[in-house]
Amino acid sequence: MKMLMKGTEAIAEAAIRAGCRLYFGYPITPQSELTEYMAKRMPEVKGTFLQSESEVATVNMLYGAACTGRKVMTSTSSPGFSLMQEGISYMAGAELPAIFINVMRGGPGLGDIQPSQSDYFQSTKGGGHGDYRMIVLAPHTLQEATNMMKEAFDLAFKYRMLVTILVDGMIGQMMEPVELPEWTKPEEFEEPNWALTGANGRKPRKVTSFDLDPYELEKMNLRYQETYKKVSQNEVKYEEFKIEDAEITVVAYGTMARIVKTVIDYARKSGIKVGLFRPITLWPFPYERLSEISKNVKNILTVEMSYGQMVEDVKLAVEEKSDVHFYGRSAGVVPTPAEILDAIKKIVR
Amino acid sequence: MAIDKIVAQMPKSLSKIEFSYCPGCHHGIVHRIVAEVIDELGIASKTIMVAPVGCSVFAYNFFDLDGTVAAHGRAPAVATGMKRALPDRVIFTYQGDGDLASIGTAEIVHAANRGENITTIFINNAVYGMTGGQMAPTTLLGQKTTTSPYGRDAKANGYPIRMSEMLATLDGSAYIERTMVTTPQNVIKTKAAVKKAFQVQLKGLGFSMIEVLSTCPTNWGMTPIESMKWLEDNMTKTFPLGVFVDRTKGLI
Amino acid sequence: MAKKGYVEINSERCKGCGLCINACPQHVLKFSEKFNDKGYHYAELYDPDDKCPGCAFCYYMCPDVCITVHRVSEERV
Repeated sequence: MKMLMKGTEAIAEAAIRAGCRLYFGYPITPQSELTEYMAKRMPEVKGTFLQSESEVATVNMLYGAACTGRKVMTSTSSPGFSLMQEGISYMAGAELPAIFINVMRGGPGLGDIQPSQSDYFQSTKGGGHGDYRMIVLAPHTLQEATNMMKEAFDLAFKYRMLVTILVDGMIGQMMEPVELPEWTKPEEFEEPNWALTGANGRKPRKVTSFDLDPYELEKMNLRYQETYKKVSQNEVKYEEFKIEDAEITVVAYGTMARIVKTVIDYARKSGIKVGLFRPITLWPFPYERLSEISKNVKNILTVEMSYGQMVEDVKLAVEEKSDVHFYGRSAGVVPTPAEILDAIKKIVR
Repeated sequence: MAIDKIVAQMPKSLSKIEFSYCPGCHHGIVHRIVAEVIDELGIASKTIMVAPVGCSVFAYNFFDLDGTVAAHGRAPAVATGMKRALPDRVIFTYQGDGDLASIGTAEIVHAANRGENITTIFINNAVYGMTGGQMAPTTLLGQKTTTSPYGRDAKANGYPIRMSEMLATLDGSAYIERTMVTTPQNVIKTKAAVKKAFQVQLKGLGFSMIEVLSTCPTNWGMTPIESMKWLEDNMTKTFPLGVFVDRTKGLI
Repeated sequence: MAKKGYVEINSERCKGCGLCINACPQHVLKFSEKFNDKGYHYAELYDPDDKCPGCAFCYYMCPDVCITVHRVSEERV
């Protein structure tokens, strides 16, 4: 049964249905509705909602709640996500599972509140210190975003990693019909054997990202790298849209990919065969598949709401097997289909 | 036949790992006090410790409890997350003055203001110990440290912050006391205060904090005995001992 | 005078800070001539006249929890 919902609220409801009963947040446009939704819904499902004093406090509350092995989540937007970077580094180092929703807005600095994708580097390359990674998922419709929540928690606990759902203000604020996912039954979730719950009839457990002995810290880091390798081998996801006969393939994610799908229809009507390669996991990035695709297409155009961040990963994948072009606008400005079509025409002509 | 009874020994809640603190440092005394209280209240099996960044960053290993280390200053937020996830467990933070009164002021103020049912053990030794004796928000006026080599000057670096008094103004604070551990009598008083703080948490009466004035012989450049005298003569003038809020009357 | 109490000191854990010696009302604790592995003159009991009553003042003040305090009493038959 489809319901007309706002992106942030659909994501919140989906997280609750995925079993999340602990949400910590702080108001920030364009995602405050998610926080408000949780404030209303969590008590209804006997969950916990807490608004903190800052995003710095929020991410550390998340750290504490995650230590207990429960499903925990927060949501924020770019400047808030920046404030969370230290906590994210700590959580990655302590191998704590948690979900972050980052509804990106124009930056840098205070920027503006319109949609943007200029946090790609921060999310996929790490805005915090140390060699850590986060799984980064980028939905391009509300339906995909809501379907993703259960999978996000499963990934977080399977690999003891952080998962960021990276969307922008457009997806956050838009309303569209959504089929809400099934409820996860609480008993399906059992407490992990590393959780801090009080050493009741067992040896005490420690959860920390800390060791002053570099050889011990190295062992910890090699364990994280091992995990990241497994995730990269098993969890890459992408969508291919009309690339079989494409003379030019666009690489785009999230809202941009959605707009590009419209452009593809226009272009094909005027005789230009355009395809779309849409990474869904921004980390682990689908290098292998994109590398294969680039063997049989002359031109690849990366389109982003930034001045070129994902395009670097595209170049890494393509390695000059085809020409990589870029078109992007940032700071909250959303490229129109017409602009993108022009960019394509300039390349193909 | 003589009966030989042990009347005092290492508390069970300590992990037997040797403390990393300097000779004469009062951290160790307070560790033992907290462990004794946890043993006496019989709550080790449901207690989780949040250690800070600072000299006591290793404390999570010195206690035989589930434990973690929070980012510098963030222990009250970590503890809040834990307490909200597990309301029936006992959560306490152990923090120094750099951790609590400087980088972590927002977190401790709002934890207290929320009346968060956690207990904070706050060690105030007037300097940043771990990093080598720098000035802290609790450094006394005129006190020389590695970053106030000419003595703390209020015009440049402001005044020592009295966290216990400040937090006591918040309605969420149920029990806040400042003590010291310079004599056996003071150790006994501090233990009573720590016990009461944990009982406040067990009764769900709100935020509890015990601030313990403590020595830092190495960074004060004094012997352990001299540093205790200096603390009694100087710190207690800026940081008077006492109970600053007690909303437990008749309840504990 | 029958012994009323005594202390055991974990000499390897002791850091020679002297707080116990300073706190002992009976002055039956002193720095050892010997060193422990850490190179400290550890504290040791020196109580030829059995003055230690097992008051545990030393235990209260020890920052490294090195001291175990015993009280000895005659069994009342």
